[in-house]
Amino acid sequence: MKHYDKLIFELSRPGRKGYQLPADSFGVDGIKSIPSDLLRQSDPELPEVSELDVVRHYTNLSSKNFGVDTGFYPLGSCTMKYNPKINEEIAALPEFSALHPLQDPETAQGALELYWNLQNALAQLAGFAEFTLNPFAGAHGELTGLMVMRSYHMARGDKKRTKVIVPDSAHGTNPASAMVSGLQVVEVKSRPNGSIDIEDLKPLLSDEIAGIMMTNPNTLGMFETEILEIAKLVHEAGGLLYYDGANFNPLLGKVRPGDMGFDIMHINLHKTFSTPHGGGGPGSGPVGVAAHLVDFLPNPHVKKDENGKFYVDFGKDALGSVSAFFGNFGVMMKAYAYILSLGKEGIRNVGPMATLNANYIKESLKDDYLLPIAGACKHEFVFDGLKDKSTGVTTLNVAKRLLDYGFHAPTIYFPLLFHESMMIEPTETESLETLDEFIDVMHKVAKEARETPDVVKDAPLSTIVRKLDETTAAKNPILNYKALKNA
Amino acid sequence: MKIIENIRYAESHEWVSLDGEIATVGITDYAQHALGDIVYVDMPEVGDEVTAGEDFGAVESVKAASDLYSPVSGEVVEINEALEEEPGLINQDAFANWIMKVKVSDPSELEDLLDAEAYAKICEE
Amino acid sequence: MSCSSRYIPHTEDDIKVMLERIGAKSIDDLYADIPSEVIFKGEYDIPSAMSEIELRNHLKSLGEKNSQLTVFAGGGAYDHYSPSVISHLLARSEFYTAYTPYQPEISQGTLQYIFEYQSMICELTGMDASNASMYDGATATAEAMMMMVAAAKKKNRVLMSDTVSPRVAEVVKTYAKFHGVDLCVVEGKGGVSDLDSIYSQLEAGDVAGVIVASPNRYGIVEDFSGLSDRVHAAKALLTMYSDPSALAVLRTPAEWGADIACGDGQSLGMPLLFGGPYLGFMACSKALLRKMPGRVVGATKDADGKRAFVLTLQAREQHIRREKATSNICSNQSLMALYVTVYVALMGKNGLKEVNRLSCDGAHYLYDSLLATGRFSDPFGKPFLKEFTLKTDIDVKALNRRLSDKGFMGGLDLGDGLVEFAVTEKRTREEIDQFVKVIMEA
Repeated sequence: MKHYDKLIFELSRPGRKGYQLPADSFGVDGIKSIPSDLLRQSDPELPEVSELDVVRHYTNLSSKNFGVDTGFYPLGSCTMKYNPKINEEIAALPEFSALHPLQDPETAQGALELYWNLQNALAQLAGFAEFTLNPFAGAHGELTGLMVMRSYHMARGDKKRTKVIVPDSAHGTNPASAMVSGLQVVEVKSRPNGSIDIEDLKPLLSDEIAGIMMTNPNTLGMFETEILEIAKLVHEAGGLLYYDGANFNPLLGKVRPGDMGFDIMHINLHKTFSTPHGGGGPGSGPVGVAAHLVDFLPNPHVKKDENGKFYVDFGKDALGSVSAFFGNFGVMMKAYAYILSLGKEGIRNVGPMATLNANYIKESLKDDYLLPIAGACKHEFVFDGLKDKSTGVTTLNVAKRLLDYGFHAPTIYFPLLFHESMMIEPTETESLETLDEFIDVMHKVAKEARETPDVVKDAPLSTIVRKLDETTAAKNPILNYKALKNA
Repeated sequence: MKIIENIRYAESHEWVSLDGEIATVGITDYAQHALGDIVYVDMPEVGDEVTAGEDFGAVESVKAASDLYSPVSGEVVEINEALEEEPGLINQDAFANWIMKVKVSDPSELEDLLDAEAYAKICEE
Repeated sequence: MSCSSRYIPHTEDDIKVMLERIGAKSIDDLYADIPSEVIFKGEYDIPSAMSEIELRNHLKSLGEKNSQLTVFAGGGAYDHYSPSVISHLLARSEFYTAYTPYQPEISQGTLQYIFEYQSMICELTGMDASNASMYDGATATAEAMMMMVAAAKKKNRVLMSDTVSPRVAEVVKTYAKFHGVDLCVVEGKGGVSDLDSIYSQLEAGDVAGVIVASPNRYGIVEDFSGLSDRVHAAKALLTMYSDPSALAVLRTPAEWGADIACGDGQSLGMPLLFGGPYLGFMACSKALLRKMPGRVVGATKDADGKRAFVLTLQAREQHIRREKATSNICSNQSLMALYVTVYVALMGKNGLKEVNRLSCDGAHYLYDSLLATGRFSDPFGKPFLKEFTLKTDIDVKALNRRLSDKGFMGGLDLGDGLVEFAVTEKRTREEIDQFVKVIMEA
C-alpha cells in the first residue's frame, strides 16, 4: 500500500462539505438575539472535506496502527486480552445509547438494572460489599478509593491520618493519586523479589497512616505471600488496605482481594474485563469497598428498593461526586456482556489460564533472557534483558526488533528494580500456537543479538516510520496544525 | 566529567558560587550528563523566596525530570532567560549556563555545602 | 480440564504440554504460594455462561425497561445528531483494540488523530495548546482548578461562580475538598456571574484562579467583558468552561482572555448513552503549556526525515514524576477524541454553525411558544443559544411524568418552578408543537 501522510486539514477545499442537515423551518433567527460582542469574532479554521474524504482518510490512518486484532501484545501490567465483538454491538443498542443520564429513573430501569447487576457481579468476583462504577479509569478509581479512605478517617474524627504507604516498586500512578487526594506518600522498600519487606513496614505504621496501597501479585508478577500478616499489621495500626486492581487478572476466578483483607480496590474494566483500550481510553475504574465503607462511595449511587425498583440516591455521607453522571456507561455494558458470556463457571478459568500462559513463556525463554526472580509467577514476569550482556543489545533494541516481527513490544524499563526490565504478560486469551510463535521470535532476536547485533540495534527497520526525534519534539513542541504550518 | 574548583556543591548536584551577597546557582556537569538532552528548565520568578534544601524548579529531559534544590536561602534576583529558549545550553556547558541568582540571607549556609573534592567523591560512588 | 469458553483457547492437550514445559503437575501448583485460606472455594452468585443468542435476549429485555424519549433537556448532555460515518470508523479494530501509543512506530494512526483533535480544539477555543483529552467536562474543570493552584505556587484560593453547572461544580468541590484547595463559590446575580463580587474578592490578592462558565447552568450566554483584565491584574488565572459545539458561534475563551478552556465534548454529536463515555477537553495558553495535565501529542520527524507524531512533554506525567506530577491522570478518552475528530472533520466550520443555528432557532421557537401559553415566564431575560430556563406555576414533577408517558423527556426541574429546556438540530417543528400541546393539557 502506498504511504499515506496527509493531515485532514491538508485535504480541505473551501466550499466542500461532509454533512447535510434539515432545512430551517422555525421562522425565527435565534442567534440574532445574542449581542454581537458575545459572538465569535473570527471563524475557526476547520477542514472542509467530503464524506468520502473523511472515510478514506481515517481508514488510511487506521492502517498505521497495531491492535489486539492485528497481533499479540506481550505488554506487562496492561492485560491486553481479546476484546469480544458482541460487546461492541451490545454497547451500541439504541435502547441504551439514546438514554439521557438525567432521565427520570422510572424511565431508565433497564440501564439502572444493568449498572446494579454489574456492580453486584464485581462485588461477587472481588469479595467486596459494593462497587461504584462511576470512576472513568484506573487512575480515577485509585483517586476515588483514596478519597473513600480519607472520608472514613475524617468521619471518625481521626484527622491525623494524612499519609499513605506506597511500595517503591509501585507504578507512578499510585503516588500521583495520593498527591491529588491530599495524602502524603511514605515509601516502603521492596525486597529483591519485589515483595514488601515487613520489617521495613512495621516502623512506618503509626497513627498518621491512613493506609497502604498494594498490588498483589506485585509488579514482578509474584504473589505477596505475607499478605495476611501485612493486613493484620495495617489494621492494628488503624489503617486501611487499598488494592490496586491493575494486577487482578491472575486472581480472577481463584482469589478475591476482599478475602485477603483489603478494604478498598479498583478494577480496570479495560484490563480484566475485556473492554477495549481504545488507543488509550475510554476506560472504566469501578471501586469496591468492604461493608463499613459503603456509605462513603461517591454520588450518584444506584440502589434497589424492596420492590425491586432501581433508584438513584445522593447520600449525605458520600465523599462527593467524581463524575457528572454515572461514569463510562458504554464501557460497563461491554464488561457486563463479558461476564455473562463466561458465566460463573467459565470465569474461574481466566486467572489460571493467564498464569499458565505467563509461566510457559517464562520457562521457554529463560535460557536466552535473564530471569532475576525464579519460581512460579502469576499473570506476568520480568526479564532483566538478554542473558548475554556482551552484545551491547539493550531491552529497548529487543523491544523495537519485535515490532519488525509483527509483535507489540513488552513493557520496558519498568519496574525500576532492574536496569533492563522487560515485563511480559500474555493474558489467557492467547493460544499455545501464538505463544510458541512469540517464543520463536524472541529466540531469533537473541540469536541476532549475538550474530548481527547492529540489525537489532537499528530496529525497527520495517515499520512505516522509524526512530523518532523525541528531543526536538519536547524542546520545541509543535502541538497543532497551525503551529506545524508556521514551523 | 568537569568539576570546577573554588565553588560549592550540593549533594543533589547543584553548584553555587558566591560573589558578595549574590549567589549564582546552576546544575553540575555530572547532573546534565545523567539527564541527557535537557528539553526544559522550570525556573523560579524574580522576587521568589527560596530556601536552602527546598526545591525551586526542575529540569526535564525527554523521559526524566529532576527537581532542583536550592543550595542557599534568599530572594531570587535574576534568572537565566536564555534557558527559556535554549535549555540545551546546560548540556553544552553546565557551569557557564547558570539558572538563577539569589541575594543570600545567610552566607554561612555555604559552609554546609561540599567543596570540589568532596563532590567529586560523591559522583564516583 | 478443558476451558470450553470461546474466549479461552486452551485444550486439555495444550494444558498438558504447557505444564510439562513449566515442570508443574497441575495448575494448582502455580498457586501453591498463596495461603489456602484466601483461595476462593465458594460459588459466585452470577449467572451461568450465556451464548450470544441468550445474551442478546437478556440485553433486549433490559432495554425494554428503558423508555425511548424525545429529549427536550440538556444539563450537560445534548441530543445532537451523530453522522453515521462516525460509528463505522470507530468500529475499526485498528483503532479500538490498540493500546496507548507508547510505541510510536506502530501507533501513527492514533497519534495523528490525536494531533488533529488537538488542532481542532485549539481552533474551537482559540487557545494555543490542547491536551489529548480528559475524562469528562467536570473532571477537566477540577484538573483546571488544580492546575491554577499549582501554577500560582503559593496561593491556594479559587473562586467559582455558582452559575457553573451543578454537576460540574459538585466534582470540582469534591476535588477541592481532598486536594486542599480553598474553593469559594461566588453567588450569581440575575442568572449570571456576579462579576463585582468576584472583583472584590480578588482584591485580597490571595486568589490563584477563577472559574466561570458560558453558556452557564441556565443556558445563558454570559458577558465577561473586563473579567480577564481584572483577574490577571490580581495575578490570578482564568478558567472558562464552555460547550465546544457552541464555540463555532460564541465568543471563544481565548477571545475573552481566558488562560484555560475546558468543557465536555459530548455536544459534538456523541450519543447520550446514559452519561458516558464522553470526553473532557482542556486547552491553555502557551505560558501554561508545561503545567497542563494529561497526554500531549507533538509533531516531529523520524530517522529518515519523515513527518511523524509522538507523545511528548511526558516528563510532566505520573509515570515519571510520581507524586510531583501535574496530575494522576494516565489515560485520555482516546477513542472519544477520534469521535470528536471525525465529527468536526465532517461538519467543518459551516456545518457546526448550521447545527448551532438550527438548535438556536428551534430553542427560540420553543421559548416563544411556551411564553405564548401564559404559563411560563422568563425570570432572567438574558441571551441564550440552545438551552434556556423558564419559570412556571405548573407542578414540574407531575408535568414531566405526563410528558414521559407521551414519549417526551421534559425540561430539567431546577426547583422553585424553574425548568430548563434544551433543543438540538434533531428536534422538528412538529415535535416542538406536539411537546407544547402536551404541556398545555396540564
